[in-house]
Order: sequence, then C-alpha cells, then structure tokens
Amino acid sequence: MRKYILDLQVTSVEHPSERYLLLVATNPDGPLPEMCPGQFAQLRIDESKDTFLRRPISIHYVDYAKNEVGFLVQKVGEGTVSLWKKQPGSVLNAILPLGRGFSMPVSAEQKVLLVGGGVGIAPLLFMGMEMKRMGGHPTFLLGARSKSDLVRLEAYRACGDVYVTTEDGSEGEKGFVTQHSLLQREKFDSIAVCGPKPMMMAMASYAKRINTLCEVSLENMMACGLGACLCCVEDTVDGNVCVCKEGPVFNIERLKW
Amino acid sequence: MADLQVNISGLKLVNPVLTASGTFGYGIEYKDFVDLSLLGGVIVKGTTLHPREGNPYPRMAETAQGMLNCVGLQNKGVDYFCKHIYPQIKDIQTNMIVNVSGNSPEDYAECAARINELDCIPAIELNISCPNVKHGGMAFGTTTDGAASVVKAVREAYRKTLIVKLSPNVTSITDIALAVQDAGADAVSLINTLMGMAIDIEKRRRVLSIGTGGLSGPCIKPVALRMVYQVAKAVRIPVIGLGGISNAKDAVEFLLAGASAIEIGTANFLDPAISIKVAKGINEYLDRHGFSSVKDIIGICE
Repeated sequence: MRKYILDLQVTSVEHPSERYLLLVATNPDGPLPEMCPGQFAQLRIDESKDTFLRRPISIHYVDYAKNEVGFLVQKVGEGTVSLWKKQPGSVLNAILPLGRGFSMPVSAEQKVLLVGGGVGIAPLLFMGMEMKRMGGHPTFLLGARSKSDLVRLEAYRACGDVYVTTEDGSEGEKGFVTQHSLLQREKFDSIAVCGPKPMMMAMASYAKRINTLCEVSLENMMACGLGACLCCVEDTVDGNVCVCKEGPVFNIERLKW
Repeated sequence: MADLQVNISGLKLVNPVLTASGTFGYGIEYKDFVDLSLLGGVIVKGTTLHPREGNPYPRMAETAQGMLNCVGLQNKGVDYFCKHIYPQIKDIQTNMIVNVSGNSPEDYAECAARINELDCIPAIELNISCPNVKHGGMAFGTTTDGAASVVKAVREAYRKTLIVKLSPNVTSITDIALAVQDAGADAVSLINTLMGMAIDIEKRRRVLSIGTGGLSGPCIKPVALRMVYQVAKAVRIPVIGLGGISNAKDAVEFLLAGASAIEIGTANFLDPAISIKVAKGINEYLDRHGFSSVKDIIGICE
C-alpha cells in the first residue's frame, strides 16, 4: 500500500478519560488514503523539547465519507503528552498507513473475537467497523484498570457485542480479559488481540490451547516506522523481523512466545 | 539554478546529497516519499559476507535531539543481497552504494569482491566504524594499522570507487583518515555514530540490550562538523560529511567545512522526504549568494 506524509488538520479533541485523548483529524488536501485495521501512523511530535522521534499510534477508525481519521492516544510519556496540546485547527503531521494489519475474516458468518487491553482497544474499533460494513458481527472483550479507563464503549457497541473486565471490578467482570467467563462458554473462529504484552501472551497461549487462529499487535519501540532502521525487531521463527513493516500484527504461530 | 553536480574520485553525483547507510533501507522503503533519481545516491544498509542476526531487542533509545542504536549490522549476507536485493534496486536511477562490513580484512575483501561484480553498484562504503559489533567494525577503525590493513585488502579486491567510513571514537580522526588514504581509499565519509549509553532509572539498568549504542541525530552535528573540517584540511581525497544533518543549512555548513558531498541519516526518520528538501535548499542557498556551482563553496570556510 502506498504510504503518505500528510499535514492533517485536527477537527476535534476529546478526553474520554483523564488518561486518554481522542484526536480526530481530516486531510485538507484531498481524500484520505486507504487504510486497513491494525495499521498505524507515525505522528510528528511538535511541541516537546525532550523527545526526538515520531510516535507510532494505531488507527482508531477511518470514515472516508467524512474525510476523518481518529487516533486514541494514552498519556505515556513526553511525546504523547505533547499531543494533548493539539487544538481544533492544529496541524497533525502523519506518515500513514504503515505496517500490516489484522487479517479480515473470509466471510461475514465467521465468529471473531476482538480482545483489547488498555489503549490496545484502539485499533479494534476500526476492525469492528470494517467487519460490520461487511455484514459481520464481532464480539469485543475489552479490559481496563477500572471503569474510568473503559472509554468509547458506545462506539464498540455500535459494531458488535461488548464484554468488559476491570481489574478493580468497577465495571463488568473483575480481573483480566483472559479470565472472562465468555472464554469458557463461547467458541470463536479467530481472535485478534491488542494490549499489554503479558495479556497478549496469555491470550496467545489460550488460543493455542483451543487451537484457534490468533493474531496479536505488537508495540516494540520504533524509530523509522518504515522497515529501514531495524530497531523495532521481534525475534520470530524467521529471525529478527521489523515490527513496523512485517507487523505490527503477527499470527502467533510466527512468534516465539 | 546552480550546478549541483559533484565528483567523488570518479563517482558522479547529480547533487551532493546521499542517504546514510542504515537509515534508508535499500531505498525502496522510501520510494513513496522520494524520487530517488533526484538524489546524489543511496547508501544501502550494512552488508557482510555472512548473514547476521544483529543484537537482541531493545536496540534503540531516544535522547535529547538524537537517538542511540545498537542494531549490530543485521543483514542477510552478501549472497542474499546479490540474488534477491540487487535485482530490485539495480534499475534505480541513482548511485546505489553498498555499505560493507566484516570481521576480518579477508571477510571485507571477499564481500567487496562479490559486490565488484555487480554492474549497477558504482561504489562501496567500507564500514570500519560500527560501534555495535564485538569483532571487526570499529575495532579496525580505531587504529591506523587496523584501518590500513582492511583498506589495503579491499583495495586489491575492489576496482570501483572505495569510500571508507570513519569512526569518531578515536583520539585523532585525521591520523586514521591519512592512513586509509595511503592504503588506497578514494574518499572518506565521516562521522559514524558516537558511542553512548542510556539508563532506565525505574528498572535501574541500561536501556540497550548490549548496554551501549551509537549516538546519532542533531546532537552530534557540532562534533561531526569539526571532524570534517579537520580531515578535509588534512587529506587530498574527497570527504563526505555526515552526522546530524537535518536541513539545508546544516548541509551547507558541511560543504563550507570541506565536504564534497553529505549524507542524511537519522533525519530521514523524522521526515522521510528530507533528503530532497536538503538538495533543493542547497540550490536555493547557492542562487541566493550568486554561486554558479556547489563546487565553489566546498571547503571555502577558513
């Protein structure tokens, strides 16, 4: 897929919770390029003295008709915090779309489970919206520390069924996504996961145990985002490969987990 | 429009802007952003005689105005390069230059000999300055004898333009430059990365997998500029300058200091189209000051 460097224009800035930012932007120079669920953008950080590189942020959703792309950003360090300073009208310089996304189900009838933890829920909305557009009905299993960190649930509910866990039990089932009762009672044809590494590893071992296709989205530290610098490598069955180019989404069979 | 052409010991460049090894892949990774034919050349990633897995992750740490890396020359070896990569890049209408590294003078020479057979590769850049591998790499580039031994071995095996990339992690870079010149180098490029370190204070351990890494980016530019200036005054072969060049102003500084061409490295990560912008900016500078050729400003700074 062709990649672009775009000066997007921020159209809205929302804070679904204290730790999350929803940046919505439009391309003032033409239609948005085609993107796939699971792909990401390298966002330029303009107002930070202490950071240097761009920040890879997954594509939360795309609405081509409205010429609108959304990024759900969690406050992590100086780089992401500086995105908090964006206002409607601000320029958001983005290189996109980057990497390989999730495999789309071969038919709308397939039962697909989309599992997200923390800000890892972000790319799953795009995946769910695409599946809905194809006539499918995905199931989301979303985990967070507590109720206040469970954001944008209504957007997910608009695409499929939503189950949640919180670590403190303030919403949904208490515990981690991997402990949710849904996993005991339902069978799925495939599972797509994005979240903290221990959670993805736990989901991967669950998927292996029940012999189900499973893809996970890695977030190794990146520099270029284009497969040129070889900084973000993951040790796979094929040796060290760039997460930014061959991933970020990998079939778990390819990983040494 | 000024004349931007330069000549590096027979290697003709349409303009003095090259992209640095390890920051631009094989050029193809950047073709959506850059018309490669508008560049003086592309220096592709470090290639060794045998495949190398490189160092474990994490390989990168961000710093103020720069970054550290310890990639460690990950590549699939010269055979793979010749069979699978070369066919993809041989028709790119610019100078495709291969960066060559090794563990011994013999390794370097054999790798260079293989690349000598490739018609569309007009030059190699010999990496005797990689700080991230245990054997070879910088070990050769930090003594005049070590540097000379590698360059001599490669010179016998390689007949096209031979550029030698120098390490800044030395007491006197001009001594090394003079040694490789005497050993038969056609040009020198400098600087490679500066050895550095980062510590994660929460985990109380070093960030990079092998502890140390090479520092690049705007933070190293003053060091690089000083070294280019000194070396250009000392040698008679052309000097290619690199180290933190992020815009046309930086590039012009290196040209004034004595570089006949420049390489853009880490800046490609921030703006994948920066190399073309730098070439345009150099032209604007020349026009603004009434220079008809870029050659008129090379090394004119006292």
